[in-house]
This record gives sequence, structure tokens and C-alpha cells, in this order.
Amino acid sequence: MTDAATQSAALDVRLVVGLEIHVQLATATKMFCRCKLEFGAPPNTRVCPVCLGMPGSLPVMNRRAFELAVRTAMALDCTVARFTKWDRKSYYYPDLPKNYQISQYDLPLGSAGRLTIPSADGTKDIRVRRAHLEEDAGKLLHEGAGATSQVDLNRTGTPLLEIVTEPDLSSPQEVGDFGRELRRLVRHLGVSEANMQMGQMRLEPNINLVIRKDGAEYRTPIVECKNLNSFRHVEAAVEYEAKRQLAEWQKTGVTIETGSKSTRGWDPDRGVTFLQREKEEAHDYRYFPDPDLAPVVMDDAWLADIRATVCERPIARRARYVAELGLDAADADQIVEERANADLFEAAATALPGGKGARRLAKLLLSEGNKRANERGGLLADLPIAAGRWAEVVALLEGSKISATAAGTVIDELLTRDDAPEAIARAKGLIQTSDAADLAPLIEAVLADNPKAVADAAGPKGAKALGPLIGQVIKKSGGSANPKVVQELLKQKLGL
Amino acid sequence: MSETLSDEQVRHVGKLARIRLSDDEVAAFSRQLTDILTYVDQLGELNLDGVQPLAHALDVHNVLADDVPADSLSNELALREAPAKAEGFFLVPRVLGEDSGA
Repeated sequence: MTDAATQSAALDVRLVVGLEIHVQLATATKMFCRCKLEFGAPPNTRVCPVCLGMPGSLPVMNRRAFELAVRTAMALDCTVARFTKWDRKSYYYPDLPKNYQISQYDLPLGSAGRLTIPSADGTKDIRVRRAHLEEDAGKLLHEGAGATSQVDLNRTGTPLLEIVTEPDLSSPQEVGDFGRELRRLVRHLGVSEANMQMGQMRLEPNINLVIRKDGAEYRTPIVECKNLNSFRHVEAAVEYEAKRQLAEWQKTGVTIETGSKSTRGWDPDRGVTFLQREKEEAHDYRYFPDPDLAPVVMDDAWLADIRATVCERPIARRARYVAELGLDAADADQIVEERANADLFEAAATALPGGKGARRLAKLLLSEGNKRANERGGLLADLPIAAGRWAEVVALLEGSKISATAAGTVIDELLTRDDAPEAIARAKGLIQTSDAADLAPLIEAVLADNPKAVADAAGPKGAKALGPLIGQVIKKSGGSANPKVVQELLKQKLGL
Repeated sequence: MSETLSDEQVRHVGKLARIRLSDDEVAAFSRQLTDILTYVDQLGELNLDGVQPLAHALDVHNVLADDVPADSLSNELALREAPAKAEGFFLVPRVLGEDSGA
């Protein structure tokens, strides 16, 4: 029997993950009928003959859903098909009363794209195999111990964009990074709210391992993971599967050739995956073109109109903020998380005198701004402070005219009235004195009144003993003296 | 050209449609489905060289609707023909522990 150390030393294990992501498109109505999309509506009150699958009803494609899907495909650098059609994916399940889902099979509207994600050494491109439109199913509830399940069909027919990546992801972290970058992208594009708790973005990783041992290569059977409603769960499930599959392979030796593909759920409480079902083969879905729906043909003009709605990608925006505006990567990350915040930041940065202080602006928005936005339960961009006003506050800080503490006071005041920050600071006596000539008499007076502190500073403690003296000068100035300037002047005066 | 469908194939199709078939039914459907396939196979006699696959029988495309909400059915009307219902829900025989194929 080989001991564990020898065994693992001989093993080279590579994690291989591809993702299937469903993104709910931000339309007002469903994909094939005009029932309103409304999360949390009473059961079966947003339904009609079309989404109930009643005989004789006819679906009509939602133009906006189609355009939002194409916009996303373009932002993912996909080849956009000029001709697309709709296919029926047949399966019998009570959450979809037609007994088929309308989807796209052989002609997806987007193919062969990519998403650039941040990685430890810069960025990494993850290939996107396809992006296609399909309708969501309803919800099944299994309340109590009765012999029935409850069916709510309000969600039936909700437009989803399914995005399928190539198996280019190689760590739990990367899978999470992809999810987060995609969420940023769809939010920036305005195509989805992508709220994971509300099921507007669902990630299903397909996970297996490539194991090299003694010159031979083994692949474990592919597992698709479901029920993942946060990026943390996605990462944890991938990490768990990697360990489970390795242990399983070491125990049974079952590979992709001898085993079968399966679906496993994630149990967040126990932190484990559990077997849900062996997957039906693709041909069991009996795809065929839906005769109820006409194909969609896109001409140059329509494509150009949609392409004009594709905004700068958040990852490009972030890179620009770091390279051109000098932001810390972490700050840039936070700023681009929400497009409205990034727009606010950019408008304010443009208004900065001489373009100076973007870095400080970011820090101010993320600290003082975010704090107040959180208190009010909204976004930074929702605060009633115009971009130009933020720029003015930063300019005051850059010019050392106000202290960081005073900036907070000015911002609180700006929340109640729109006025020039400098005027507010002046009215509240917050303007700092940085002028040496103005400060000199104050310093002379303080030095004369505090011989003990002066003696301390002359002793072994040196400049470290200046604190009390600086405090005295600021007090004498009525709080307006710039502490940094005072410190410098005191050092000069005392020859430190 | 079509071979007779095997009992196994018929049972598989029955399973996909969630239909339980007796042995007599399997034999009957095997015969009937084979007849249908043989009939459709006549299309194989046509020369289709250079003919593009057709996505739709009618020469129409871009039938699209604006994203403007319209009235849905009331809950009462939606559930009216349901064989079993309660508290605004359709009721179905209990489904356990799996997600849909979507």
C-alpha cells in the first residue's frame, strides 16, 4: 500500500471548470407574452394563456429581450448571428406546462466570444462558447408533508440569456472572479439587475479533474452543480467538488469514459454537494424548430443600433482608472462595481481643477460617500450631491484649505443644500490656515506659554514631543490651523 | 427503409412522455410508430441537393412585440380548469428533490 505522501507526489491534478450562466434580462414583460415580470407577486397572477401553455395560444417574441441579449453577446465579443430561430426543448415537468421550453439549439444568437477577467497576474481571457435566449420555467414548492407540490407559473416565460463558457476556468477563485466580472458587465450594460438572491443570475459550474499519474492521464466524470445563489457558494462548491472527485477517483478509479455525467446540488449548511440526478442525454430533449415563432433576421442598421448601446466594459474602465488616474486597484474595483457610481466618479474627476486629485476623489467617495449612502440605503450615485460638488470638495482638500474631518462636515451640509463647498466651509469656519505669516504669531505665543513642552521637544524625544504644541496652536487658531503646516513650522523654529 | 422500432425504444419514448405502457401497448405502438416513420421516410426519395433547411414554413421573419405590459388572467380564471388547486397554486402529485430540465 502506498502512503498518502508518495501517492500525492506522483499525482498532478488539474481542475477544469466551465460555466453555464443564466442571466435574467431586465424587461418589463415576459419573453413571449405581455404578462408583467414582478418578483414576489401572489402566485399565478402574472399568467396568461401563452405562458400557461394553453392550446391555441401563440407566442410573440419580445423585441427588447432580443435586443438586450444581442447587446450582451456583443459585449462578450461574440459573433452575432444574423439569422436566429427558436427551438423546442422537450421535457415533461410540472414547472413548464407546455412540456417544452422555447430555447435556441443549433443557431444561438451569439457564439465564439470571450470575457476578460481580472487575475493575479493581470487579466485572463475566458472563452464564451455560446449565448442564447430561452424562457424560464415556473416555481415548484414542496410545503409540508402532503402528497402534492404547489406550482406557481408567474416566472414561466421570463427571458433568460444562457451563457456557456469553454472549460477555461482552473480554480474556485477564478470561477468566482468570472461570475463577479460578468455581473459587473451585465449591470453596466443595463441588461440585468443580476441579483443572485432573487435568482436573476444563476451559475452552474461543470466540474471535473484531469489527473496525471505515472505518465497516464485520467479524467473524472463531469459534475454539474446547482442551487448556488452566491459567489461564495459557487467557490465553495467548486472547491468541495475538486476534493470529492479526487477522493472518489482514488477509491473507485471511475473516469469520464466509465462513469456518467451527473447533477449535484449544493447544501450550504453542511458545505457539501449531493447527487440529484444522472443527466438525460441531449437527444432526449428532441429539439426541433418551433413552428409558432418566426425566425429573426438582423440587418446592418439594426446591428449598428444595438452596437451603439454597448458601453465601455467595466474591466477596461477599471484599467483606465488605475493607469490614467492613479487609483489603487482595490479602489478602482469598488468604483466600477456599479455603473452609476463609476459615472459619478468620472464626471467628478473630469471637473477636478487641472485634473488633479482623482485618487483622493476615489478615496473620498468610497469612505465618506459610501458611509452616507449606506446609511440611506442607496447607492453613492443616489446621494443628492452633484459630481461638480464632489470635485470642489476634493479641490479644497488638495489645496489644504480644509481638513479631512472638515470635508465630512461639508459633505453632510451638501446633503441638505446645494451650495459651493468653499462657501459652506467658510461659513462654518472650516477653512484651514496654511499661510506661514498668519501662523507665525500664534506659534510664537504658544512657544512662550509652554516652556515645558518646548524643553521636551529639545530633549531625547525630539519631534515626537511636538504633539501638545501642535494642539495648542490649532486651539489658538480656533481650529483653522493646518496641522501639517504647523508641525513643519514648529520643527523649523525649534531646529528639529 | 425504417426498421421496426424495438420494444426498448418504445418504452424509452414512453418514459420521456411519462406514460406507463403495458406489453400489449408496447407491441401496438411499436407497429404504429414504425408505420409513421415509414410514411415520413418517403421524403428520403426526394433529391434535396442544394436545398437549404427551412426554419419556418411561412416566409415571415421578425415578428416582434413591444415590451409593454398587458393584463394577465385573474388567479381565479387561471386556475379554473385545474383539476387540483389550493391557495392560488396549481397542485400536482408531489415532485421530490430535483430541479427542472431548464
